[in-house]
Amino acid sequence: MDPTGEIGQGLKSLIFTAFGLMLIVVIPVIVMTILFAWKYRGTNLAAKYTPNWEHSNIIEIFVWAIPAVIILFLAILTWQTSHSYDPNKPIASEKETMTIDAISLDWKWLFIYPDEGIATINEIAIPKDTPVHFRVTSGTVINSFMIPTLGSQIYAMAGMSNDVYLVGNETGTYRGRSTHYSGAGFSEMLFDAHVTSDADFQAWVDKVKQSPDTMTFPDDYEQVAKPSIANPVKYFSQVSPDFYGDLINSYKGGRSGADSHDEHNEARESSMPMSAQAAE
Amino acid sequence: MFGKLSLDSIPFEQPIIMVTAAAIALGGALLVGLITYYRKWGYLWREWITSIDHKKIGVMYFLVALVMLVRGFADAIMMRTQQAIAAGGAEGYLPPEHYDQIFTAHGVIMIFFVAMPMVIGLMNLVVPLQIGARDVAFPFMNNLSFWLFAVGVILVNMSLVIGEFAKTGWLAYAPLSELKYSPGVGVDYWIWALQISGIGTTLTGINFFVTILRMRTKGMTLFRMPIFTWTALCTNVLIILSFPILTVTIALLTLDRYLGMHFFTNDMGGNQMMYVNLIWAWGHPEVYILILPAFGVFSEVIATFTRKRLFGYKTMVWATVVIAFLSFTVWLHHFFTMGAGADVNSFFGIATMVIAIPTGVKIFNWLFTMYRGRIQFTTPVLWTIGFIITFTLGGMTGVMLAVPGANFVLHNTLFVIAHFHNVIIGGVVFGMMAGLTYWFPKAFGFTLSEKWGKRSFWCWLIGFYVAFMPLYALSFFGAMRRMQSYEQTEWQPLMIVAWFGAVIIACGIACIVIQLVVSIRDREKNRDLTGDPWDGRTLEWSTSSPPPNYNFAYLPDVASIDSYWEMKQQPGGFKRELATKFEDIHMPRNTAEGPIMSLFALFFGFALIWHIWWLVGVGAIGMFVTFMFRIFNNDTDYHVSAAEVQKTEREYHKRLEVQA
Repeated sequence: MDPTGEIGQGLKSLIFTAFGLMLIVVIPVIVMTILFAWKYRGTNLAAKYTPNWEHSNIIEIFVWAIPAVIILFLAILTWQTSHSYDPNKPIASEKETMTIDAISLDWKWLFIYPDEGIATINEIAIPKDTPVHFRVTSGTVINSFMIPTLGSQIYAMAGMSNDVYLVGNETGTYRGRSTHYSGAGFSEMLFDAHVTSDADFQAWVDKVKQSPDTMTFPDDYEQVAKPSIANPVKYFSQVSPDFYGDLINSYKGGRSGADSHDEHNEARESSMPMSAQAAE
Repeated sequence: MFGKLSLDSIPFEQPIIMVTAAAIALGGALLVGLITYYRKWGYLWREWITSIDHKKIGVMYFLVALVMLVRGFADAIMMRTQQAIAAGGAEGYLPPEHYDQIFTAHGVIMIFFVAMPMVIGLMNLVVPLQIGARDVAFPFMNNLSFWLFAVGVILVNMSLVIGEFAKTGWLAYAPLSELKYSPGVGVDYWIWALQISGIGTTLTGINFFVTILRMRTKGMTLFRMPIFTWTALCTNVLIILSFPILTVTIALLTLDRYLGMHFFTNDMGGNQMMYVNLIWAWGHPEVYILILPAFGVFSEVIATFTRKRLFGYKTMVWATVVIAFLSFTVWLHHFFTMGAGADVNSFFGIATMVIAIPTGVKIFNWLFTMYRGRIQFTTPVLWTIGFIITFTLGGMTGVMLAVPGANFVLHNTLFVIAHFHNVIIGGVVFGMMAGLTYWFPKAFGFTLSEKWGKRSFWCWLIGFYVAFMPLYALSFFGAMRRMQSYEQTEWQPLMIVAWFGAVIIACGIACIVIQLVVSIRDREKNRDLTGDPWDGRTLEWSTSSPPPNYNFAYLPDVASIDSYWEMKQQPGGFKRELATKFEDIHMPRNTAEGPIMSLFALFFGFALIWHIWWLVGVGAIGMFVTFMFRIFNNDTDYHVSAAEVQKTEREYHKRLEVQA
């Protein structure tokens, strides 16, 4: 209800526009239903009664045309907004877009900041007004990544990478979650998204870097990937290079992991991970 | 010997389940005792279990559906109770382990074992009568369909006590439903209950498709068919085209789970997106399979009780056909957030909205049927008016969800839950209740209590709004579906309101039960001897209630749309005269093969769920051998002699004279 990012605000107004357009036909239908039911009640013998009247070209034209026109407007709106709010579309901004990798696990979120070389569980910080490119995948079943006040959600699926671009325009702490049911710990698969000033963001990164823990693939990953519910926030000061790509590629030939660095995979690692979009 | 099955499979530590099981066992024992005491086993076997009479099969479908409605609703009220409690760190009374089974079972039961059998039951009862036929095209198959469906019902109910049910959501999305993430028997129960009953549904689709195309009486061209039969035709086309997709999808999942294949796994080249696409390529037509016959019911009800021709019959037919066609072009709107590009999303979003046009036209046509009519506010009419308003709102929220941009924030929230209950309760349930009240006297020869019918309607209508409007509201504050608990205590008041709404719906269900009891008690008072209690318009009202097993002593001749109404409008009116000469009537014989094959199918399914391989063999061989018996059985039909027809018809006319 109170979006704090421009994507969320845009989608809110889209919902209300669609709602308003449809009321043009919904309200008359409800009024007509009640009116006709009352006026032509069986006991009202004064009302006109035409038992064999079954067709009227004029009414037919109107009942087809009015819904058709409204749907035409909605279709144009749909085409435009599907493109302008495409989750894959980068957000224009003076500030440079940053990248965060979001990985759904049983039942927690692992976040990688590839540029900062840090990782966390169940917490992110993003600087205010900086567009964020979330690359989303899963180390388990399908989940859906969403920070409701910022806007769009996107599925997290193993072996595939999805994109969603979001921006936070007001500082504060917002709840993010998996919205797609994924098993026993689903209800508590929550995380905090801190939208901060640039300085606070840097302080947060420094804090994460203090952590003694590291996130290597596949050794440390296998440890955190074990199922747990309502996992406390954790920080990792170092991440193996291309952690995200390695995780996705590990599904290509099976998750045994042992063959993940043979010649075959070196060839594959250089290619982009299969995106959900390309596979459609 | 017993595969994975052992005493540990029974959840003795779960008091809710054990008390329920005890109650079911007690009730079942009482029922068996009563049947034995009154020596009704033979009657049941001869007149119902082995019956190929479409009217009796229809009644059995509807009866099972009502029983399962109570079961499905019990799941619903448990979920609402859990969500009314489990706020702000409170865990409620259902752990995720149990809660997740309940919402899965609720969805599966309400769609497959309540809505579907109501629709199929109504088709069974009404379609052959409306087209002036004596039975369906494949009477044995009809019996088999029912019993295969019953096997699904039995398996789902067994999972309550023996083992567990799936914890995956009603569509069992892979890879969550794969062995790695769901190692228990829950998903296997889901697989075999749906697979076996789904094959029954496919057979029904073929059966009624052929029946409608090939068995119409003289003069009934396609464009003279009653509108309910038209919607049934479209629904059966949808069943034939879509249910095989479900069968194959479940079969592939079965191969993954039983033989270690990788159709939908995360790794080894499995494609989980394929599962989601396939399941919705069936799943979206499925919702139209349910709603189209409901549209048909409303069309019949509104024309009959406004005492007026249906406005725009041809438009109605074409709108139905267009909806049926479009229903195959929109499945992707169930997962706009999977990551398809903007062009793909737009296409499916716009295709979805286009369905709103023919649907809107239908709504207007019902309104203009009421216009300048003489509306009698009987219970079916109340359901219809409640439907028009409620369904219009549900259609609106459906179009909102069809805008991909809006869907990015509404998907997976309670908005979706509120929307589809809005159209399924407001559309399918209201339609089936209208149909039940409308055609009940045709099946049993007496009308249902109007007083309790109206009470039920008001409870359902008000209960629906109280239960689901809060969910629409909560979705805007980020409340998701399938939450076992939530942090936000500010959501709790609305969750409690929703719980209260569910209680009002419970009263509505209680009213239906009371309505049946009271009506059966007062059946002599509400007896309808003419067979035409509502001054109906279509052929089913021209025969007696309940109709004789051959339906029509002479097949009627049809010259127009509302053929029976036209007959009554002739100078001198329609006279129920006793013919002077009767002919032998060719009819199918009852069959024991249907229930016996299904019993083996039950063994087969249960054994596969628990990996009891010898019993799998027994089930498979049993089904095959019974099927062979059927194939080589030449004694599958007989002739009702002219003398017997005459006797039956004479009795009917004697009753009519007594009344006159």
